[in-house]
Amino acid sequence: MGSFKRDYQLWIMVFPAILVVFVFNYVPMYGIQLAFRDYDFSKGITGGEWRGLHYFEQFINSFSFADLMQNTVAISLATIVLSFPVPIVLALILNQLMGKRIKRTLQTTVYLPHFISTVVLVGMLNVLLSPSTGVIGQLMKWAGMGDINLLASTNAFVPVYVLSDIWQHCGWNSIIYLAALSTIDPQLYDAAKIDGASRWQTIRHIEFPALVPTIIILFILSMGHVLGTGFEKVFLMQNTLNLPVSEVISTYVYKIGIVSNQFSYSAAIGLFNTVINFIFLYAMNLISRRTSSISLW
Amino acid sequence: MGLAGKSNELVFKIGLFVICSLIFLVIAYPLYFIVIASVSDSTLVSTGKVLLFPKGVSLFGYKEIFKDERIWQGYGNTILYTALGTFVNLLFTIPAAYALARQEFKARRVIMLAFVLTMFFNGGLIPTFLLMRDLHLTDSMWVFILPFSVNVYNLIIARTFFENSLPKELYEAAAIDGCSHLRYFASVALPLSRAMLSVIGLYYLVAHWNDFFTALIYIRSNHLQPLQVVLRDILLSNQVFANGIGLGGDLGGYAQRYADQIKYGVIIVSTLPILVVYPFIQKYFEKGVMIGSIKG
Repeated sequence: MGSFKRDYQLWIMVFPAILVVFVFNYVPMYGIQLAFRDYDFSKGITGGEWRGLHYFEQFINSFSFADLMQNTVAISLATIVLSFPVPIVLALILNQLMGKRIKRTLQTTVYLPHFISTVVLVGMLNVLLSPSTGVIGQLMKWAGMGDINLLASTNAFVPVYVLSDIWQHCGWNSIIYLAALSTIDPQLYDAAKIDGASRWQTIRHIEFPALVPTIIILFILSMGHVLGTGFEKVFLMQNTLNLPVSEVISTYVYKIGIVSNQFSYSAAIGLFNTVINFIFLYAMNLISRRTSSISLW
Repeated sequence: MGLAGKSNELVFKIGLFVICSLIFLVIAYPLYFIVIASVSDSTLVSTGKVLLFPKGVSLFGYKEIFKDERIWQGYGNTILYTALGTFVNLLFTIPAAYALARQEFKARRVIMLAFVLTMFFNGGLIPTFLLMRDLHLTDSMWVFILPFSVNVYNLIIARTFFENSLPKELYEAAAIDGCSHLRYFASVALPLSRAMLSVIGLYYLVAHWNDFFTALIYIRSNHLQPLQVVLRDILLSNQVFANGIGLGGDLGGYAQRYADQIKYGVIIVSTLPILVVYPFIQKYFEKGVMIGSIKG
């Protein structure tokens, strides 16, 4: 084949990437059938007896099902609803700054927490919020709010999770909006100035509309993760006292599968999760395409 | 602009200044507090007396950290995994991105589609775990290096960069002189891509440095544990002192008193390397994210 002979060097360059993506991303998809089979420790993934939807029924009928669904949806919805608007507002604010050095300093600061590891972030929450030795615990005592253990309270789990999430990622997530703002045609600003538009009017009628397509796309994508709360942070924030509100599907899959070796049951729960996520993504995309003609595909 | 417009402008500026100062304080203060708490007397810290400046300065926490072998072993492991891992990431991602950016490469659309699909579908935790076990990657350092060494999002950024930022005439001229793809890639394309390489390198580096999940799932041996797992033990499981003193006995009070100072210090020591690298690369971020969003 002529084109292969011509392109063989390109094939050499792309081959390692194809290999790792095939082995580590596609081969495990073959293992999804485990959700429909028993796992046979001697015969491997395909050796066990076919069980159909047995493990899905077991999950839906299990007593933890309702709690898991509720916790997972509560944590992700709270995260989406509360943290989604913050980077948009932050980008609009940063974009108003004229002084280059001030803007740069503020950007460096707000991006910084994104690079802290989840373990360290949860560690920070633990030392700062501890009711006996933490500063915030102490300040709350002074403020007369009593001796609340924010780390162990079932009421405080979601607020602490969401607020720390905003603190850590709002700066980083604002970059994409800043990039969108930087593509606005300067002539639009000039025209607004000639028409005597105030800064506030410029934000409302020029800058915000320029962000709308990005906002919609990112919102659809985030809806695709409604059942996809990040595993690490929830897992690390869990303790026996907050477990009633902090056990989510991903941590449950880990405990059932990796800790207690119930491979088939755990794979079924994982697959259930993926399917629901995809349905959400698909539905949001459909709604968006009908109403705003912006869509992912 | 009339007088009302001018005063509006002033109100706007003052409001902007106040809001920006608040944002700065809210983001920066917790970080600053960790720094001053790590060198202050822990009793003063826990009673809320250290708020603006360090008090009762002592480096006790840091001395304990330097004596703790677990931290050094974790540090060493993480440096090894991060260095080798980032190298393999770039080695697999960048040449592939170059190849997929060439218009004349017929298979590029199919390959790209197969890559992008993995961003939405995966086998899930258990099938992936069983695969790693069958490949004998569990409890081995290679599980940090080889699996998922090509991040599709980073690949897209690199590919878009090669497509849009290198002039087409450059390759045509080189090809007439008999320059092959490999040679052109190594001696022309790479040297022109420093900004993109440093952004993607940083993304990979940070992901390796902060990776806790891989070790949690796949690593059992203590001597292979990366820094993040050691940090989890110290910060969250409260195993502050390596030799097991900590609670109870005569040493109980001692442990209670100094545990927090050590924790503050550990946070700094473990995060410092990333924070030192990051400001140098920050100026490329906006560009990097923008390139990625065009065809994300």
